[in-house]
Amino acid sequence: MTWSQMQPLLSDACLDTLFMVGWSTLYAVLGGLPLGILLVLTDRGGLLQNALVAKVTGVIVNIGRSLPFFILMIVLIPFCRFLIGTSIGPSAAVVPLAIGAIPFFARLVETAVREVDHGLVEAAQSMGGGTWTTVFKVLLPQSLPSLVAGATTTVIALIGYSAMAGAIGGGGLGNLAYIYGYQRFETTLMVITVVLLIAIVTVVQLAGDLAARRLADRGHAGAAAPARLLRSRSGGAAPDIAGTAGDPAAAPRTPGG
Amino acid sequence: MITTRGLTKVYRSRGREITALDGVDLNVRAGEVYGVVGRSGAGKSTLIRCVNLLERPSSGTVHVAGQDLTALAGRGPRAGSALRQARSRIGMVFQHFNLLSSRTVQGNVEFPLEILGLNGRERSRKALELLDLVGLADRAGAYPARLSGGQKQRVGIARALAGDPQVLLSDEATSALDPETTRSVLHLLRDLNRQLGLTVLLITHEMDVVKTICDSAALMKGGRITESGSVAELLATPGSELAHELFPVGGEASGPDRTVVDVTFQGEAATRPVISELSRTYNIDISILGAAMDTVGGRQVGRMRIELPGRFEENVVPIGFLREQGLQVDVAGAAAGADITEEGAK
Repeated sequence: MTWSQMQPLLSDACLDTLFMVGWSTLYAVLGGLPLGILLVLTDRGGLLQNALVAKVTGVIVNIGRSLPFFILMIVLIPFCRFLIGTSIGPSAAVVPLAIGAIPFFARLVETAVREVDHGLVEAAQSMGGGTWTTVFKVLLPQSLPSLVAGATTTVIALIGYSAMAGAIGGGGLGNLAYIYGYQRFETTLMVITVVLLIAIVTVVQLAGDLAARRLADRGHAGAAAPARLLRSRSGGAAPDIAGTAGDPAAAPRTPGG
Repeated sequence: MITTRGLTKVYRSRGREITALDGVDLNVRAGEVYGVVGRSGAGKSTLIRCVNLLERPSSGTVHVAGQDLTALAGRGPRAGSALRQARSRIGMVFQHFNLLSSRTVQGNVEFPLEILGLNGRERSRKALELLDLVGLADRAGAYPARLSGGQKQRVGIARALAGDPQVLLSDEATSALDPETTRSVLHLLRDLNRQLGLTVLLITHEMDVVKTICDSAALMKGGRITESGSVAELLATPGSELAHELFPVGGEASGPDRTVVDVTFQGEAATRPVISELSRTYNIDISILGAAMDTVGGRQVGRMRIELPGRFEENVVPIGFLREQGLQVDVAGAAAGADITEEGAK
């Protein structure tokens, strides 16, 4: 296979992977964030302490977490057909990816939010703040660096899962590596695919780390100087980083958009 | 301004019951600075948290500014809007400041104003005004991590004042600060108390805090208030533990035939040369075993432990002289002295 033959295949596969990862990350955040917060709020000593809701939510999340992704994909094929009309292609792959990532991200959100100092919650209450105020003005802003780090971990897990989804017809780099690399012995294409995956994961990890660090730096006087140094260095490498750091909710969506 | 009646708080954990508050009656008058002192575990923290119902008392009532907060609380564990509204009129400052690290100084002060529903321009105007009041107008754009402990607590105080409260609760506000900073923060609280007529209820384990700013004080022990009153009253109470804690005087009698007397000076008596008068009038030698003098609420106050030669019964007249001078006199080890006389009688 020549480069001119491989090039369109690779760019299409890349876009498919980014499409799958982007959308499923968006759904993971939309679903996992409220779920994670619910886990914290309804827990013992939480603001909305409710043993039943806490238990049910915990069990649902645990079921989602314990199913191997490969099994989840197969189990969800009928649901996928019902929702999208097909179980093949990147759009269809988004369904199991999102459903697999929601409980994963929810647990990370739970850990991040739990780490917020209880004194801050108490302070908000002493000012007359209710539960919503506490969630949106204390818990979420204070745990933002950890949430961004959690979203980064989720994106990387989803890149791995999307390659797996590719193997059963999801499209993307995983599909390409499987069809050409495994079934047609195109070793070069396989190697390029692997390199591309490594590159994507590295870029996502660096961007996520940087965003998380910059958000956390506001809270720590000492680390401000090195952060500024990093910022100027990254300016050339990844121009969109400054944007994602400013609006962390947008960070995980960047691949899709 | 703040009244609690029969306030009780019982924690249940793993089948065991721990009584943190055991029928506390507290009465803080409007415009005064009231200090609750006690060791850790005495229930001070629980008490101050019960005042704005961050902690639900198991029984008893809390009135703040004429409002029965316990009635507003309702039964559920969540704070209803009536209670939240009442809370927004009670300021609270914390030992560890509890500032949001994700917001600037100004953002932190604006937080309670957001809860009150002010618009952006009003918020920033009010926040800057409050920061000016606590002397931090120039640090409005800094993040809390860039501030010193004293500055953080000033931000905490500015934030607590955002709802124009009549009452400020201070939960060990100076315990994480060094002595110098403690003094400046206490003076700020004192100034606010005078300028704004703010009633301050503070809990502390530092006697210096009480000496520096409190008009009244209470001592807590094992969930109960064992002594309370204005500082002057407490000092005038014979055998008051709080008075002894505030002005600790030590020293043992140098021999068996000696009488040890604790003398408490207050106000005018503190400025008169009573000891040398005593010495001259009765021609006795007086040794000073220990003494502590300080200014409490702008008045000179002190305690002194002196030793007079001879047994108690030989010193009845000089002690009477001291009492005539308007001093409070406690004969140390009076009970022990009585034992000795009994033995002598046998």
